[in-house]
Amino acid sequence: MDFEAVIGLEVHAQMLTNTKIFCSCSTKFGGAPNSHTCPVCLGMPGVLPVLNKKVVEYAMKMALATNCAINKSCEFARKNYFYPDLPKGYQISQYAYPLAEHGHVILDVNGEQKKIGITRIHMEEDAGKLLHDEHNPVSYVDLNRTGVPLIEIVSEPDMRSPEEAADYLKRLHEILVYLEICDGNMEEGSFRCDANVSIRPRGQKEFGTRTELKNMNSFRNVQRALEYEIKRQQYLVENGGAVVQETRLWDDAQGATNSMRSKEEAHDYRYFPDPDLVPILVDDAWVERIKEELPELPLAKRERFVKDYQIPAYDAGVLTSDKALALYYEDVVKICAKPKIASNWIMGDVMKFLNEDKRDIRQCPISAQSLADMIRLIEEGAISGKMAKEVVEDMYKTGKSPQTIIKEKGLVQITDEGELIKAITSIIEANQAQAAEYRGGKEKVFGFFVGQVMKATKGKANPQLVNELLKKMLAGPPQG
Amino acid sequence: MELSQLTIHELQKKIRNGSATAVQITESVFSRIDAVEERVHAYIRLLKEQAFASAQKADEDIKRGDIKLLTGIPVALKDIVCTKGILTTCGSHILHNFVPPYNATVVEKLKDAGAIFVGKANMDEFAMGSSTETSYFGPTFNPWDLERIPGGSSGGSAAAVAADECIASIGSDTGGSIRQPAALCGIVGLKPTYGRVSRFGLIAFASSLDQIGPFTKDVEDCAIMMNVLAGYDPRESTSVPENVPDYTQFAGRDIKGWKIGIPKEYFIDGIDAEVNNALKTAMQVIEQSGGQCVDISLPHTQYCVATYYIIAPAEASSNLARYDGVKYGFRAADVRELLEMYKTTRMQGFGAEVKRRIMIGTYALSAGYYDAYYKKASQVRSLIKRDFDEAFKICDVILTPTTPTPAFKIGEKTDDPLQMYLSDVFTISTNLAGIPGISVPCGFTSGGLPIGVQFLAGHFEEGKLIQVASAYEKNAKIEKRRPKL
Repeated sequence: MDFEAVIGLEVHAQMLTNTKIFCSCSTKFGGAPNSHTCPVCLGMPGVLPVLNKKVVEYAMKMALATNCAINKSCEFARKNYFYPDLPKGYQISQYAYPLAEHGHVILDVNGEQKKIGITRIHMEEDAGKLLHDEHNPVSYVDLNRTGVPLIEIVSEPDMRSPEEAADYLKRLHEILVYLEICDGNMEEGSFRCDANVSIRPRGQKEFGTRTELKNMNSFRNVQRALEYEIKRQQYLVENGGAVVQETRLWDDAQGATNSMRSKEEAHDYRYFPDPDLVPILVDDAWVERIKEELPELPLAKRERFVKDYQIPAYDAGVLTSDKALALYYEDVVKICAKPKIASNWIMGDVMKFLNEDKRDIRQCPISAQSLADMIRLIEEGAISGKMAKEVVEDMYKTGKSPQTIIKEKGLVQITDEGELIKAITSIIEANQAQAAEYRGGKEKVFGFFVGQVMKATKGKANPQLVNELLKKMLAGPPQG
Repeated sequence: MELSQLTIHELQKKIRNGSATAVQITESVFSRIDAVEERVHAYIRLLKEQAFASAQKADEDIKRGDIKLLTGIPVALKDIVCTKGILTTCGSHILHNFVPPYNATVVEKLKDAGAIFVGKANMDEFAMGSSTETSYFGPTFNPWDLERIPGGSSGGSAAAVAADECIASIGSDTGGSIRQPAALCGIVGLKPTYGRVSRFGLIAFASSLDQIGPFTKDVEDCAIMMNVLAGYDPRESTSVPENVPDYTQFAGRDIKGWKIGIPKEYFIDGIDAEVNNALKTAMQVIEQSGGQCVDISLPHTQYCVATYYIIAPAEASSNLARYDGVKYGFRAADVRELLEMYKTTRMQGFGAEVKRRIMIGTYALSAGYYDAYYKKASQVRSLIKRDFDEAFKICDVILTPTTPTPAFKIGEKTDDPLQMYLSDVFTISTNLAGIPGISVPCGFTSGGLPIGVQFLAGHFEEGKLIQVASAYEKNAKIEKRRPKL
């Protein structure tokens, strides 16, 4: 049977505020255990939460960037459960009345635009971390992360393949990072994803029974876990079994998902409005102010790059995948005015160097000015493209300007006609037979002469000039 | 008269004119404590050493002419407000060793006003009770009759004032826990508007109902205490940035032309006959004072107790989840794994009434029951609130009994939770509506037990309460009696 997967994702993104959501403790990652805590985030008796307004504004940015409607009034609710990393015995989250709803993100699926619905975006606090002693039956609690602000972005079950799911995640990640409200670090848990997945015979309207997947800490693992889970469900159904509604954990090493808890074992979180916090009222003026603060978003930037710079959609996609990279590109183009050439250099050599060193564009030793200068030097014929390859590598290694490197290495191209004529004359004299062949119509021999000239000039000859002169001089003895 | 028997305003005069020092006042209070505390058991913990250190400092301040609202005044704190570096138990085994690293906002305010802390007063465990019998540290006894309960949950705070074991005290009121013991101990107790006094550092029972307030010997003292306690606190999200008037200005003003609402739903069968008579007399006093008693109706009154016993336990079940043995407080010994630790800690750490309410609350919030219980209760709560909004369109304040009966005997209702819950039948609506209420002494039963009258006003109308209560106090001329201890 032909099956179709139905996937919905729940993403938790840590907001980049300096302080926690309900107290003034630092949100910095790391730090000695429990060093970023106070009576409020430790859940001591009698203390009360006070909302960090920044968190609301950051969440509003994400809501607007994903086309959500921001609710005029929303409220915090308590999610009650017992766990040692949850000091109050409840997590302050949002339930019945979230901050924003009914949004979407647009994906490019096989060249066509596909809308992935966003059900809701809500704010909540993070829990702490347990540290288990490997040698003794003891566990320790680190509450530094407790109260760190998160938003949860819940999608509609609109994705139909693991690739789409991974693509959606990348788009969300990109937007969050663009908005500068999340650092997007998956390893440190700043961006986490759970997936709901089911299968159904293609064409069937009703959803199949879904499972929830957890513990996938990279885009690749989300895709792998979904691929595995879809196959597992398909195998079950095709062999007379049935999918059971449950939560499953992805095991990276094993490359498989394993049952964690069944529906029956699911918690009853006993949500109710948190009486310690008041409803958040969002008026139009506030929304407008946040709207004005929004930067150009990746999709808009991509479209503008294609239109304004006349570069292929692929190039625009790569260049806008990182806001800093897009900025760098635009800086280069502003100086050298060669959009496609700039794109080639950045996507080629520059990104290759950065990837090798696991750096991003912010750490690139080549300034936009230097790269633009180099492109201009090629255009002006001061250096050849081949030389430029060498120059750009030195620029990356040393951070020096192309002019300096060219000077230091004596790489200046020979554009002096007299010097080249001299060289060509002697080469033609030394290779009379080949010159005759050329004149006899064997044009292939031309390449041989170019090679000889380059060899004689140690590659410094301006190739265009060499071509011109060779053509003229091979056609006949120099006139006068 | 002993200094310990005086009011705040009487002592202020003595301090100002040099006829009493803070140390003398403190000595008087502690000698009274030495004499009666063994029988009353108003305190969980006395802070004698600190109190005398504060008194000495207060006397230095007085010498310099630096006299604040409560300089040199010995005050007791219900053991539900967190005191930095001082054991704060909330009357529970589970917090028997908890020392907060912070002060409640009200503690800071009292300290800044120059108050001397006498001790931490006894209370029902986590403020759950109406008799102070559920305290892990044993019951408090009513100074008027040691076989009877002082009311609750702030029974220790009320008994301490009634027995002159302090000059004034702090209690908390979630469903009547200030007003009911004030009535049963023959003193003044005020529950302010929700959001008027900071809850920061008040160990939560039911967050949407809890409110801190004062116990005092008379209405003027109540106004002085409110001047210290009231005000916006940025550390509490439900605190209201509403202007705080000088409450003492309202004391002594008359109530000519005021309409006093008498809700028919509060004068029902089951009210003790002597209480009923005292209330009838109170209405006459009001009329004689220039007020006019008008009949009003609060139609949803009959649902108050039921609504309260859904909302309060629901919030409590969540608020008390933090007492799990992981971070502070009591942890059961000899447990091997997490779930066992949780279960045993909470089983051994909480008393029966607390467990009962945690279970009721957990049930009310459970999937499949939420709509029928918690949500419905929240809706009814809005109706109860609306009843009061409507009533205050007709009248300035409302007059009701504080309690249906005078103080009952120790142990009389401990086996019958429902009877115990009904002792708060007249005080609960106030918390549900978030409005302020005050209980003022209005006489004694033939057996010599105090009776209280309750006045209620609209949100942030504590001034009106002080005004009507002080006018009533002045004109009722209730016989000045002292408990014979």
